[in-house]
Amino acid sequence: MNDVILQLKRIKKSFDNDTRVLKSIDLDIQRAEFITLLGSSGCGKTTTLRIIAGLELPDEGEVILEGQDITRLEPNKRNVNTVFQNYALFPHMSVAENIGYGLKLKKVPKGEIADKVEQMLRLVQLEGFEKRKPDQLSGGQRQRVAIARAVVNEPKVLLLDEPLGALDLKLRRQMQLELKRLQKQLGITFIYITHDQEEAINMSDRIAVMNQGVLEQIGTPNEIYYRPRTSYVADFVGNANILYCGDGTYAIRAENILMNGETVCVHTASVVEKSFAGGQLRILFRLQDGQSITASRYGIDSDIQVGSELKIGWLPEHAVKVVDDLS
Amino acid sequence: MKKKGKGNWVLLAPIYIFTIIFVAFPILYMFLLSVLSRAEVWGVDFKFTLDNYKRIFEPLYLNTFKESFLLAFLTTGFNILIGYPYGYFMARMNAVWKKRMMMLIMIPFWTSALIRLYGWIIVFRSNGVLDKILMGIGITDEPLKLLYSYPAVVVGMIYSLLPFMILSVYSSAEKVDYTLVEAARDLGASSFKAFWTVTFKLTLPGLLSGIILTFIPSMGLFFIADILGGNKIVLVGSLIQEQLTKGRNLPFAAALSAVLMILTSLLIGLYRRIAGTSELEGLV
Repeated sequence: MNDVILQLKRIKKSFDNDTRVLKSIDLDIQRAEFITLLGSSGCGKTTTLRIIAGLELPDEGEVILEGQDITRLEPNKRNVNTVFQNYALFPHMSVAENIGYGLKLKKVPKGEIADKVEQMLRLVQLEGFEKRKPDQLSGGQRQRVAIARAVVNEPKVLLLDEPLGALDLKLRRQMQLELKRLQKQLGITFIYITHDQEEAINMSDRIAVMNQGVLEQIGTPNEIYYRPRTSYVADFVGNANILYCGDGTYAIRAENILMNGETVCVHTASVVEKSFAGGQLRILFRLQDGQSITASRYGIDSDIQVGSELKIGWLPEHAVKVVDDLS
Repeated sequence: MKKKGKGNWVLLAPIYIFTIIFVAFPILYMFLLSVLSRAEVWGVDFKFTLDNYKRIFEPLYLNTFKESFLLAFLTTGFNILIGYPYGYFMARMNAVWKKRMMMLIMIPFWTSALIRLYGWIIVFRSNGVLDKILMGIGITDEPLKLLYSYPAVVVGMIYSLLPFMILSVYSSAEKVDYTLVEAARDLGASSFKAFWTVTFKLTLPGLLSGIILTFIPSMGLFFIADILGGNKIVLVGSLIQEQLTKGRNLPFAAALSAVLMILTSLLIGLYRRIAGTSELEGLV
């Protein structure tokens, strides 16, 4: 089922000081999917989002929405809405006025606006909050108003710029589930930005991992986690050890480093540190060439002594061949 | 928490005392004077009279009040037209340009206001700087005779009060979070609509402060009218000064002052009511 709603073609962007923020981005986004742009700060994910929203112009390349070239179209003429990182709620307007802002601009009749605002408030569980002002809301509540304000306009694509960044852990986890549920319920295509790999894995249908202006890999959470293509992707999503072994570079997840069994690519390593955290035992090894390897497993392994030398390897099916960073 | 009442009292007392001595008493004194009679040579007779107030309703004096308010409105109006854009754009510029534009406003303050006004005399007088430029380019053939005219006074007033409007608008515009404008655009607003519904509303406190900072002084800055307008333009301020010094009529001067104060306060009060006091209290 191939229903592409948004296409980014050869998007390039640099800023005045000549830093090439986006080297060449090509991305096809499917209708009604939840896709996340994942990467660390400065990788270009926010710039990409802003180009889709129309708040930045690319130097080269096209943005195509449902077959129409919107690259140079003004942000207010695009059927795309954004949930900003700092929510950007209008402080001088009430919750209802904030949510109704887009509708009012489209000259929707007052009664209809009121109805839609009501609907939205119910959707994000903020009934009764119509007359409140943003400064009377908590972070989580502002978050939900920002979402309602964007979604009420029924955009073709919803852009979310690290919307959960400012929330505490528990609330963030809660909101992750809510956003996922909301997306499924509304059927709107979500393009989500985050640097948190857990968040990406939890929420997305597909993840696009970015590194310094390049899209290193696009795939389902499974594909990204179990079959990373580059060392950056392997290390970014779940810690992976990157090792050379004869014919190439491999990424091995910490839980797949074994000290016995039918292992391949066996190295001699000395135990540097043993720690127990989050229900897992983590052992830090150092190889003869100085490289650090992390192994993890469940349970406590009191037999392993710090300073001892062990042979470590892995099963061939766990090794994933990767290329070095594409950047 | 228990100490709150008492602690407050101690902190506020000096301010109360200052206000009572330097503000309340003089105003009361002025009102008192206004209902007394003028003595023959100097000072007042303690004879109660409302004649001073009656006199104000004579056409001559009513006209003076009218002229003063007209000038204040004109000055404020131009200040808004020139000052708002200047303050707004200054707030939107990068650090380097901000400094430059700020210097342009600040440098005049390093010289006395009076001396700067004399500078305008040199510009405006017949065959002065302005005339030389205009005649040199060929726009006019003979001197404009702008000095000692109404336009000259207006220019002088605008020039003197503009920085207050600019700085007021600037401080408001500086605090605006411009991602709000991006949000407005994202939601469907044109550049103009985004400005009008978001930026303008948020800079309104600055604009209102600027209006008050322009209007109130422009009621009293009669020395500008004196210097650039000669004796042709008579404002309430100069009238009061005249009555106090040449006329030695303290009660009448006091009555004029009282009326001026009341009218100005009424106007400000009305304006605040219309503009909505919540705006003035400053939303950030």
